[in-house]
Amino acid sequence: MTKIFTFLMLGGLLFVLLTSITELPTFGESYAPAHNEISNHYIEQGPEDTNSPNLIGAIITDYRAFDTLGEATVLFTAIAAVVAILGVVHHKQDKGDNHE
Amino acid sequence: MNDLIVKMTTKLVLPFIQLYGIYVIIHGHLSPGGAFPGGAIFATSIVLFTIVFGLRIGQKRLPHHVSSKLETSGIFVFIVFGLTGILMGYQFLTNQEAGFPMGEWGRVFSAGFIPIITFALGIKVMSAVVTLFHTMMEEE
Repeated sequence: MTKIFTFLMLGGLLFVLLTSITELPTFGESYAPAHNEISNHYIEQGPEDTNSPNLIGAIITDYRAFDTLGEATVLFTAIAAVVAILGVVHHKQDKGDNHE
Repeated sequence: MNDLIVKMTTKLVLPFIQLYGIYVIIHGHLSPGGAFPGGAIFATSIVLFTIVFGLRIGQKRLPHHVSSKLETSGIFVFIVFGLTGILMGYQFLTNQEAGFPMGEWGRVFSAGFIPIITFALGIKVMSAVVTLFHTMMEEE
């Protein structure tokens, strides 16, 4: 019963996603929502706003700095997960023979 | 790895790799590169040192408690410089309007907080890669 329900739910989701693909704008079309005025703004106003010759560096650390903060948090979480799983040996060395 | 040639070559090459990593990080707002590639280049030097000289000596150079403090302080500096924007009455992570000195075009000390944030992020990426490598080496 649960398997049939899961199959139906996933199948419905697949149908919705597949039908929405046909509504997407074709790749490289000029009226696509990705090609809005924000890229022109970055190219024209970027050097004055940030005073940095490297426009990509200006975008990722000034305009999109909050996104970069999220990237750094992702990195931090990844390290925390690795140390939590693999770092058992390291803790045993610290606390002598205090292991179970 | 007990090979004299490998050890001597590593000792010769190591400062140049580290200098190049610091160069890429510091010139992150002037030239291609930035915090992530620069931090990775700097981390490769420490990874190479650990591979050649062994885990014990490598961990003596950059122990766990130092690298974890480096990692936390990197993200802390980022957030503190973002909060100055709020203190000056603007949004989080505001650069020019919040009164950071813009400096002369094309110099190392210019572009407000971009070099500071790039440096902090670079240190964070470096310590993250080194922590990953040392933790996985310990497991063996």
